[in-house]
Amino acid sequence: MAAVSAPPSQPEPQIRREDAGDGSARLLLAGTWNLQALGRRAAEISAKLQTYAADPRAAWDLTGIDRLDDAGAVLLWRAWGARRPDRLLLRSEHEAFFHHLAHAEHPPRRRRGFSPLNAALGTGRFALLMADHAAGFLNLVGQVVIESLRLLTHPSHIPWRTISANVYRAGAQALGITAMVGFLIGVTLSYLTARQLKIVGADIFIVDILGIGIIREIGPVLAAVLVAGRSGSAMTAQIGVMRVTQELDAMAVLGISQIQRLVLPRVAALALALPLLVLWTDFSGLVGGILAAEVQLDVGMQDFLLRLPDAVPVSNLWLGLSKGLVFGVLIALVACHLGLRVRPNTESLGIGTTNSVVTSITLVILVDAAFAVAFSHVGFR
Amino acid sequence: MRDRTAVIEVRNLHTRFGRAVVHAGVNLVVYRDEVVSIVGGSGSGKTTLMRQMLGLDRPARGSVTVFGCDVHRGDPRELARLRTRWGVVFQEGALFSALSVFDNVALPLRELRILPKDLVRDIVMLKLEMVGIEARHASKLPAELSGGMSKRVGLARALALDPELLFLDEPTAGLDPARSENFVSLVGTLRQELALTVVMVTHDLDTVAALSDRVAVLADHHLVAIGTLPEVIRADHPFIESLFRGERGRRALGAVPPELQVS
Repeated sequence: MAAVSAPPSQPEPQIRREDAGDGSARLLLAGTWNLQALGRRAAEISAKLQTYAADPRAAWDLTGIDRLDDAGAVLLWRAWGARRPDRLLLRSEHEAFFHHLAHAEHPPRRRRGFSPLNAALGTGRFALLMADHAAGFLNLVGQVVIESLRLLTHPSHIPWRTISANVYRAGAQALGITAMVGFLIGVTLSYLTARQLKIVGADIFIVDILGIGIIREIGPVLAAVLVAGRSGSAMTAQIGVMRVTQELDAMAVLGISQIQRLVLPRVAALALALPLLVLWTDFSGLVGGILAAEVQLDVGMQDFLLRLPDAVPVSNLWLGLSKGLVFGVLIALVACHLGLRVRPNTESLGIGTTNSVVTSITLVILVDAAFAVAFSHVGFR
Repeated sequence: MRDRTAVIEVRNLHTRFGRAVVHAGVNLVVYRDEVVSIVGGSGSGKTTLMRQMLGLDRPARGSVTVFGCDVHRGDPRELARLRTRWGVVFQEGALFSALSVFDNVALPLRELRILPKDLVRDIVMLKLEMVGIEARHASKLPAELSGGMSKRVGLARALALDPELLFLDEPTAGLDPARSENFVSLVGTLRQELALTVVMVTHDLDTVAALSDRVAVLADHHLVAIGTLPEVIRADHPFIESLFRGERGRRALGAVPPELQVS
């Protein structure tokens, strides 16, 4: 069996203090002063050095150091208070370390904390940004209008294929999710109101509540929110990635209209697809509501469908569908506006996509409220 | 003797991003049939200068005129015509990722809306052949291409409308030495065949030496030197010193007479 030899002695940083004779101290540094050797002992050695360095007349002799690296040099430099001591002996090959340190710059100090000026500047910047967004959005709307008018006079230029691809992605592929969510909301709404109606014995009014509620409000808003989350974010990301990959620049220098190629097909597609999705969501919501009503209240499907045309004037349906159209145009415009504003970096792409969803959902709800006020006399008996 | 008609005129161009000044009074004239390389360190604003020539970025002050048309304030109809007279190859190719190689090259031709389908097809295949892309790659999507191929397809798209003026942004960045040499000789050949005026932004000295008639050096917010390569090398500026007379510079400019190679 081989004898276990003692591990080779680790090279250590060494400091020795000597009296120079004239009352001042001589500090002899030797050994290895690199990152490995200092490692865990850095704090201890640093404290030791600092106490020695407190004496300005001390003479430093670094010639005994056989290995020095930047970490060791920085440790010494900090102990010396970021300057060379008056009396310093140094190997010539180590000179470079301290030469660099003497020229290293401090990182710029960052101002932090609250100040009234910063708050005012921040508010001002935010206001300017919002104004910039408003101007940009208005500009986009104007260009879309001009481009649509131009296309009406040149129908052969209408990008049918892009429009149909977008209708498929934003509309057809959203049928599943809108049906499911619509159905569940219908069930829930019916279930909750049924209990109240039973108490007052007004069972048949479930038709009015579900009919008006779903066709006029819940269907359009639900479909719009789902489309904003599904397609609005996708549109912003698609256009934003084209900025990152310089495809937008390539279009610009080729003289290809971004409005015609990117914005208009998306706006047209959502203007077409969202009303259809609203109809579909209404349908699934009512199916859910009818099923729940049948279970809870003995209002059968036939009673429900017979009463529905009387309880819900058809103007409610038109109102819901026109809301769908407006929401669709709005979502597509917001998505394209924010997509075109993405800067060529990934951070900006993420922010743009988030903002697209948040802004379009907020706008949908705001516009819905405006509709509710403006059309408060329409669609009731 | 070269034709001295000015194709691009950059006058007193000032650019700043926030507080950072990029250009402070840049003047540059590019003449017909010449190849001008814009060189400079990272962040010297050479790509920005090119984007301003293309009208993609707006300068704080000054003007850029291409074929006599102000690219920032010109009449939209004239600008639309201008855009069919130039071609641009972007650094990463900037191919439309949703379109195949064929459709990428065909797009500018189709956009004219005057060419019949079979003519477009023949022109596209010709352009692809010119840049050395085989027909079997024509139906591939840009994501399936290597970096060198993307760049060559980008060049084919830029040449689709037979432009008089070609912009190249870092034509050899990201290519291995063999491929970049390949690309440079391709551009050299096409330039002879098609009588192109070329503006190129690069920091690859081999490319500069191989292609340029004149070199414009951008440093310290100005064009510090412009002229033929030997003239520029003789200019007295620390950036030129470090760029051309460093180890890499001397290697790249092996053809330059030894008395200029200050050690």
